[in-house]
Amino acid sequence: MAPNLQLFSRTKQLEKQIDNFFDKLSESAVVYRLAVRVYLKEGVSEEFEERLVRVNKLETEADHLRRDIETQLYSNTLIPDSRGDVLGLIETVDQVMTLFEGSLWAFSIEKPDIPDAFRPGFKKLANMVVKAVDELGLGCRAFFRSPHDVPAYNHKVQLYEKEADILSTALKREIFDCDIDLSRKLHLREFVESIDSIADMAEDVADRLAIYSIKRTV
Amino acid sequence: MDPLVIIFLTSGLFLGWALGANDAANVFGTAVGTKMVKFRTAAIICSVFVILGALISGAGASHTLGKLGAITALPGAFMTALAAAVAVFSMTKSGLPVSTSQAIVGAIIGWNIFSNNPTDSATLIKILTTWVLCPVLSAIVAVILLKTLKIIGKRVKLHMIMADAYTRIGLIFAGAFGAYSLGANNIANVVGVFIPAKPFPDIVAGSFVFSSTQQLFLMGGLAIAVGVFTYSKGVMMTVGGNLGRLSPTAAFVAVMAHSIVLFLFASRGLEAWLAGNGLPTIPLVPVSSSQAVVGAIVGISILQGTTGIRWMVLGKIIAGWVATPFVAGIICFIGLFFLQNVFGLAVL
Repeated sequence: MAPNLQLFSRTKQLEKQIDNFFDKLSESAVVYRLAVRVYLKEGVSEEFEERLVRVNKLETEADHLRRDIETQLYSNTLIPDSRGDVLGLIETVDQVMTLFEGSLWAFSIEKPDIPDAFRPGFKKLANMVVKAVDELGLGCRAFFRSPHDVPAYNHKVQLYEKEADILSTALKREIFDCDIDLSRKLHLREFVESIDSIADMAEDVADRLAIYSIKRTV
Repeated sequence: MDPLVIIFLTSGLFLGWALGANDAANVFGTAVGTKMVKFRTAAIICSVFVILGALISGAGASHTLGKLGAITALPGAFMTALAAAVAVFSMTKSGLPVSTSQAIVGAIIGWNIFSNNPTDSATLIKILTTWVLCPVLSAIVAVILLKTLKIIGKRVKLHMIMADAYTRIGLIFAGAFGAYSLGANNIANVVGVFIPAKPFPDIVAGSFVFSSTQQLFLMGGLAIAVGVFTYSKGVMMTVGGNLGRLSPTAAFVAVMAHSIVLFLFASRGLEAWLAGNGLPTIPLVPVSSSQAVVGAIVGISILQGTTGIRWMVLGKIIAGWVATPFVAGIICFIGLFFLQNVFGLAVL
């Protein structure tokens, strides 16, 4: 029975690592939202830098987990029929975390000067993006345990992504309608787009997830 | 022991080898082909359980074959098994799916015709009905199993990785059961025709008796095991590849359905229990492992609403099933003629 016991302990360990990986995604989303809030309130403060470091660390930890999961799936020839899909999913989710990190680095380095009038817009946009990512995380977890539930989460990801698009378009319109330098307008637009791109990425991953889950339920 | 006995037995052992080489793939093909189970593990489990199945439950289906035609002369039994083996080998070579059960029945009827021995029509009808029933029953069992697993899967919500571990264990269990059933049901094809000739004396050690039939079953089982080890890897990989569209769960269901059906047609215990309870019994007949698997896969495909059943391929498979007994029968008839008239051996 020894090989079977070994199989189950290895399996439990891997299951835990996959769950941990998606924990990193949810945590990154929460910390990102807080970091943007702090920036809008007080700029690049100590608290903002702490949040940035936290997101950075989460992304690095997720990278290690991703490599570990990939190695185990292939070296132990686990889930042979869906490991390609699982790797695809984990790699693209990792890219979402990279976007969170990249966005905060941009705030830290470029320190965009956001006029007070636009701050609520930025806050709303960041919230909407984070909601999309939260639903994506739930969908990913469901993919592993109950693929039939994935469409419900994907539907919400799409909904929040659309909302984020509406918010970002409105914000960009406001930015370009107001009386500030063009260079500043362009700078702000870049930030709006970089935040919005996280929701776009979440939607792309959700689209992949939809196919993967169909394959699992057939 | 007469060395001629060993020579005559070689045709049965050749048939056993061919059975091991081909039919082990029905039991472990998908598991090995999809890398869910290592070939070495599969080969060891398959060999052990084929031999166990043959020794413990092999007598039931052998009895039916004996009723179809009791070949009492060893040269006759040799040619019957050889005709079946040649039919299996040549049809496999030409890419036609083939069943040792059908080949041996065809060969026995060939022997009956040659020896002017009337074929017991009741037994023949029982066997033919079973051949139609086997894939149909296998499809039904597969559908029930898959539906049950889907319901359980939705309720239990196992993590994909954990489900994978259970599927691996399930595939090994189903494979072991399948190998046992294969040994129990198909050993009759391999050495069944030699039983009436009683080529070995019984070995008695105290109260333990190792009968001639059991010795034949052991030899046949070993021949199947050699076939598994020496030749089945390639076939397993091909079967695994061909059935690639099946998920590991569906593969488990297909093997399980196949094993249950083979077991039903071999189990004397079940027959006695059904008869004891006044229920209709299941005939103990050697059925085709390949037909059981094909039936199960068709059942799964219908349940999943897959429109991907290639009717041309299915037609070819069925044509192979119909052709096999005729080919084996004709080869046997011609072979017996040569054995009797050219080599002067008593085949009756």
